[in-house]
Amino acid sequence: MTALPWQDGVYAALKKAGVRQVGYVPDAGHSRLIEQAHADPEVTAVVLTTEEEGIAMAAGCHLGGSRAVLLMQSSGVGNCINMLSLPIHCRMPLLTLVTMRGEWGEFNPWQVPMGSATGPVLSAAGVHIRRAERADEVVDMVAASAQLAFDSAIPVAVLLSQRMIGAKVWVK
Amino acid sequence: MSNIPNLLPTNSLLDRRQVVATLLRDTAETPGGELLVVTGLGSTTYDAGAAGDRPLNFYLWGAMGGALMIGLGLAIARPERRVLVITGDGEMLMGMGALATVAAARRPNLSIAVLDNGQFGETGHQSSHTSLGADLAAMARACGWAQGEIVTDMPGVEALRLRLRNEVLFATVRISPDEVPRFLPPRDGANLTTRFRAALGVPPS
Repeated sequence: MTALPWQDGVYAALKKAGVRQVGYVPDAGHSRLIEQAHADPEVTAVVLTTEEEGIAMAAGCHLGGSRAVLLMQSSGVGNCINMLSLPIHCRMPLLTLVTMRGEWGEFNPWQVPMGSATGPVLSAAGVHIRRAERADEVVDMVAASAQLAFDSAIPVAVLLSQRMIGAKVWVK
Repeated sequence: MSNIPNLLPTNSLLDRRQVVATLLRDTAETPGGELLVVTGLGSTTYDAGAAGDRPLNFYLWGAMGGALMIGLGLAIARPERRVLVITGDGEMLMGMGALATVAAARRPNLSIAVLDNGQFGETGHQSSHTSLGADLAAMARACGWAQGEIVTDMPGVEALRLRLRNEVLFATVRISPDEVPRFLPPRDGANLTTRFRAALGVPPS
């Protein structure tokens, strides 16, 4: 998959913020970050079976004095809700980058319910939300969100809009 | 519910408090320094507290299914230290995907002991899947763990104590379903986090 111009900037921002663990459930919109994490000897990339594993992994990472990011798609947010009580109650940082589905040129109607609920559900669970609509704002937004999460020990989700990522092409 | 067959071996009379006290004896006797311990929601948290509260015990009072993955994040962050996760069959069953995730991550410094009484003891002793045919140690092996074992006697538990600190091992310990006196370790998560990091020497943020 061809890298979008902002993706390398996002990886650099994560590295600069001290992120050394990357947990992910694959998504096409994160594929460049996943490749970079696996290729980086300073970073440990962990493929998860389900997104809430990444919430718990980030908690363990914090206990050990390091920093993690969780990469997932909006459909995975619903899997995380109870596990979010871990960083919230324990006053731990959480940084997650969420690629949005079901909102811009979506072909698959099954993505729409969770895509529509992603923001409200995260807010209800106590997660701070930032939303990147344009490629020229996403790198700064990730950097600022990482700072907010790690320096204030709070959970922060950056939603990457489907318009910015590009809707999945089903019929080529 | 009494017509549901209980497939657990009937020779499992191990006392859970004695098992955990054995596993956590002399935690300084660990390669790389004091053993780092994560316990799962429910009875294993009480067992570890009863064995002697220590700042390097991270007790889960919620986040069911997360114990093993917390152990993984910790093991990656502190490769020079040993991490031991102690949890119950119900907690492990809820986070079973972590068996595959942790096996795939291939960390040399993480082991887990699952205390298996075949029941959801906290909620009224309903039979869990491990008394209805599921074998967690076999699942661990099938997920790629090099060692997935079942221990049914105290000499085996005694041997586990140092093996869990020196090898990469998934161990199911069959325990008696008998209830033991309640012991409640600290439960404020922010405090547990702060004291754990301080004991590890992580600078305060």
